[in-house]
This record gives sequence, C-alpha cells and structure tokens, in this order.
Amino acid sequence: MTDISAAGAMPATQPKNSLFVQDDLTRRRNAAEARFKWYGIVAIVLSLSVLAIMLFTIFRDGTSAFRQASVAFPITLEADILDPNGARDPADLAKVTTIGYGNLIGQQFANFLTAEGITVEGISDKDISGMISRDAPGRLRDMVLADPSLIGQTIDFNAYATGRIDGYMKGRVTLETAELDSNVSLEQLQLADQLIARNILTSGFNSGFLTNPDASDQRPESAGLGVAIIGSLYMMMLVLIFTLPVGVAASIYLEEFAPKNRLTDLIEVNISNLAAVPSIVFGILGLAIFINFAGLPQSSSLVGALVISLMTLPTIIIATRAAIRAVPPSIRDAALGVGASKMQTVFHHVLPLAMPGILTGTILGLASALGETAPLLLIGMVAFVTNYPAGPFDGGVMDPATALPVQVYSWASRSDPAFIERSSGAIIVLLAFLVIMNVAAILLRRRFERRW
Amino acid sequence: MNDMTHKGLDLATQTAKISASGVQVHYGTNHALKDVDVTILDRTVTAFIGPSGCGKSTFLRCLNRMNDTVASCRVSGQILLEGEDIYDRRVDPVQLRAKVGMVFQKPNPFPKSIYDNVAYGPKIHGMTRNKAELDAIVEASLRKAALWNEVKDRLDATGTGLSGGQQQRLCIARAIATSPEVLLMDEPCSALDPIATAQVEELIDELRHQYSVVIVTHSMQQAARVSQKTAFFHLGNLVEFGETGAIFTNPKDTRTEAYITGRIG
Repeated sequence: MTDISAAGAMPATQPKNSLFVQDDLTRRRNAAEARFKWYGIVAIVLSLSVLAIMLFTIFRDGTSAFRQASVAFPITLEADILDPNGARDPADLAKVTTIGYGNLIGQQFANFLTAEGITVEGISDKDISGMISRDAPGRLRDMVLADPSLIGQTIDFNAYATGRIDGYMKGRVTLETAELDSNVSLEQLQLADQLIARNILTSGFNSGFLTNPDASDQRPESAGLGVAIIGSLYMMMLVLIFTLPVGVAASIYLEEFAPKNRLTDLIEVNISNLAAVPSIVFGILGLAIFINFAGLPQSSSLVGALVISLMTLPTIIIATRAAIRAVPPSIRDAALGVGASKMQTVFHHVLPLAMPGILTGTILGLASALGETAPLLLIGMVAFVTNYPAGPFDGGVMDPATALPVQVYSWASRSDPAFIERSSGAIIVLLAFLVIMNVAAILLRRRFERRW
Repeated sequence: MNDMTHKGLDLATQTAKISASGVQVHYGTNHALKDVDVTILDRTVTAFIGPSGCGKSTFLRCLNRMNDTVASCRVSGQILLEGEDIYDRRVDPVQLRAKVGMVFQKPNPFPKSIYDNVAYGPKIHGMTRNKAELDAIVEASLRKAALWNEVKDRLDATGTGLSGGQQQRLCIARAIATSPEVLLMDEPCSALDPIATAQVEELIDELRHQYSVVIVTHSMQQAARVSQKTAFFHLGNLVEFGETGAIFTNPKDTRTEAYITGRIG
C-alpha cells in the first residue's frame, strides 16, 4: 500500500524504494548467489588440479618408458661356436642355447671395447658383459635361427643396455645410488660415460615398449606391452561382438515391445542393479562358469571378454534405452499413423534416430571395459605371458594374454624401479586408447546427430 | 437420439463411412468416453468440438486404433468401417491405418527428405512397382496438399527444415499418399499461424471431395468454416451431433449453447 502511494509521490524523495539502492532481501539473495558461484568455481578448480597433478605425475614417471638406452657394436657370429658341425642343420643350430650366445656377445663386446681403446681401470669382464641386457642372447639366437646364413658374418648388433645403465642415462641411477646397489658397479657407470661420449651407448625411442612381450624381473629393459595390447584389442572386439547385438535387441524389446508389468519392472530394476555389481563379483562368476564349468582356457582373452561383456551389457542397455526413449513419440505416431508396423516404426525411424546415442553409449561402455582390472585378475589374465597370442582367426582368442590395466598392476607390484617407470608408461598408453575412444564417440555423435 | 438428428439432412445422399455405437473408453480407472454413437459420412467433413479433456481426441484416436499404443486404454462398443468392426480380432491395425490416415496436432515430419516423407507410406504398403509410379504418387500427394509448387525444386531437402505450415501440409501429403478413405485430423492448425491455418482449411475443403475427413478443433469458427457436420463432446459424453449450421445457430442442448457462446469450456 505504502509502496503504491510512494510511487505516486516524488521518487527522489523516497530513497528507500529507489531502484538504485538494493534492499536487504535483494542484497542477501545476491550475496548467496555470489557465494554459490564461488563454491562452484572452487569445486571445479579443485577437481581440475587433482586431475592435473595425477596427469603430471603419470607423465613425469612414465614418459621415460618410451626411451631406452641401447648399445650398438659389430658382432662376428663365429661358426665354430654357433654351428660346431658346420652343417647348418636347424636341429644342430637349435642345440646352442642362449648361454652360448651370451658368452659370444660378452666376448665380442669386450673385444670391441679393447679394439676401440676404451678401458676403465679395474673393470671385470663380467661387468662389461653385464652392461648388455639378458634379453640380447635370446634375440640374437632368434635372428640366427631365422636366418642361418648370418653365421660366419659380422653384423651390426643393437642390444638393449641393462635397466641400471638405462636408468643412469635417464638420471634415475647416480654414482651415489650405484655405491649401494649390487646390480651395478661404479666401473660400469664410468664405462657408460665413455660409451656415451663415443656414441656407442645411445638412447632412442623405445618401440619395443609397445611391441615386446612382458619380461622377467632380471631384464626390465625388454619388457613391453605387446601381449597386453593384443589381449586388450581382442577383448574389446569380442566385447563389442557380444554386447552390441544383445544389448540393442534387449533395449528395443524392453522399450518398444515389452508389456509394462511386474515382470518387466523386475527386469528393469535388475538391469540397473547389475550395472552396480562390483566387478570382482563378475570375476568370480567367470571363474566358476566359463573356466571351471565350461572348461574354457584360463588367461584367454575369450574368457576375459565374456566376463567383461557381462559387466558392459547393463551399461549398454541403459544407454541404448535412454537413446531410444529420447526419440520423440511424435515420430512413432507419425510412422504408425501412415500404417507402419511396430517393427517398421522401430527399424525405419526410431533406431536410426537413436543410433548416435547408442554408439556413444557403446563406446563409453567399451572404454570403461578397457580399464577393467579386477575380474581379469581372477580369471588368470594377470599371468606372466611372454608369447604373443595367435591371430584372431587362428584361435588367438583362446591363447593366454594379458590386458593393459592388468599389465599396469603387475608391473607396479614388481621391485625393480625400471618397472615403476614402465607401469606409468603403460598407464599413458591406456589413457591414449581411452582418449581415442572418447574422441571417436564424440565424432560419431556429431556426425550422426539429427534434429527433429 | 443422435441418429435422429442427422436423419433429415440434405447430406443424406452420402453413405455412412464409419458408424460408431456405444463406444466406451477407459484409461485405467478413468472413464474417458461414455457411450458415444456417431455416424461419419463419406465425402464429408465432420468436426469434433468441445472443451479440453472432453474425449474428442480420444474418440478420434479410436477410429484408427492409435489408442492401441496406450497400454492402459480399453475400448468397448462397436466401430464399423464400411460395415466391418475395426476392433474385431481379425483386424490388423496396420491395415486399418492405411485406410484411415491421421494428421497430428504438432507437425511431425520424419527427419528425412521431403520426398522420403511422402514416399514412406506407399513404400511400406508396396503400392508401387517402380520409381516412376512412386514419383507420380509423391507429386500427386504434394499437389493435393497444395505444397508441390513450394517444394518441387527441393524434394531432397529435409522435411524438418520447412516452416510450420509447410510441415503440416507435408504431413497431410504423407497421410494422403497411402490413398486412405478416411482422414483423421487432430487439431491440425493449433500450431499454425492464421495464414497457414487458412491454407490448411482450404486444403481440407478440397480433400472433402475425395475423402471423409474428421477434424478435432478448439476453434469454433474453424469448425463452422470447414465442416458440414459437428459433434459436441463434453466430459466424455457426446452431447449433440448434427449439421454444423444447426449446431451453431440452433443448438438443442443447453450445454452446447453454453459452450458455443463461451460460457463453458
């Protein structure tokens, strides 16, 4: 009442009601709004900084895994050691073990250093050969067995340096730590300095990190993600094959055809519940059903894919149903109105419109499946696998394999610091795959998105 | 009673297309439509008027069994299309809807090209043997819907890119492409401006020469302009049904009179 009369009077003489002055209520509301904005900003900054710290530590520890020190020197494949009979008979050649090759490499390396005039006072032959990875003899032997004509020739051999020498070049191993370390001697580091100066010991991109299989504790330098990447790829392909048709069919049925009754309500609730079941439970289930009951080979990507499919299916069904539900009912009415059958309505109109949502949901489901670790531990995919699985059409999915996240776990639990670096490196590879999948999801959504 | 009201019509030359008797509709426990008897004549525009929630759209959707998609909906009574009960167990609603087309309140073209929108019905019903026949149907339908001249150069453009009035005419073209015998229109002009409304009304008048048209509308002027027969629904009851002129000038029921003079609804 007073307001109305005041408005009629001279506004300038009524500063209390002026629009230029905030009243108490407005001021409190504005203050609350400003505070809320700040809470939001603080929350976002906090989470972003946690993410930044996480990424920073991973990249700080992990990028060095993509570089590896290696020694290049000529090696003469002496025929009287490698093929005493001289017959080049593969059976004979195979009799020479890696110990024989190891001795040859050590000897030739020492000879090479002497010839180059590189010496370090007090260094033993064992120290010299100990600078070269224990992985080298095996690789040289494989080379020779693959191509026996190499015997007798002098070839340029490129061998990984051991993890400690590699660590020295990356700054992880120093003269101080070497004094306390029984795996490396001061003389070896001095020799390494000279080799670096002569460009014999170099550090380059470590392609073996992406292609090599896992390696034992004694030779972290040759450990790679090859088997894990193949295992993860096999699993993702199988998961896609298993889950997409089943998930989409189930969603379409539940969303478009199923009568709404107690039973379908129960199914709906249970699908949501399945999505919330801890993944380790699926691992136990997989162990009991797929391995113990069905007799599928343990550690195989097939079993891993089956278990992960069980976990991914609810996610895909939920995403697909949401996408189908997002198609406006007017489109269904329109199709039914011109006399389309229910199935024609779904497949001609609803499904194409829901496709971007379905694909996005599927890819995001796959991405979370890619990072799944716990169930794989229980079905034996945490095994130490040094043989590549066969090709996908040669039964490779039945061969033992590991997966990327499991490889991260198993490396992180090893003692040699070189494995810690590789563990972080593996996380980087895993993150790269996840980023690729998420970008693919976004691009697909953009590409197929249609307005109605 | 309803039968009596249209017995003496000068429209008597038209035959009955749909005759509904004793139609009851329940949505769960809600009794939405109570004992409705209506006869819809061939080549006639029949308007359903009444306040919101009176059951006129429900009844319209009974005529091509679109109510089947609503799980809680139960329909009883008898609706005969040319003497055949459309709720008979042998009737496939898909076949029925090819005969009884529908245009909805909100223009709902498919997010496809204009051509595909119109061609969809003929395609799924296998009405054509080759592309040329389909092209002919599409052109004829668009012409009948008075849209051909506006879109003939951009049949590949998406239907959702048209203006609201054009979209609604596209939906009408889509509905008549399957050569239905009855065309149901559920407030076809409620989302359109007066100009587009006038175009659609003109179109409805054209369509009357070939089809039996049933239109639900909130606009009494529209009902008076386009229809020959009008049914007034109120609270689920069919209050009055008769010749449009008679309903608007000389309503027999007080509720009808109250509604058309703006006192209820």
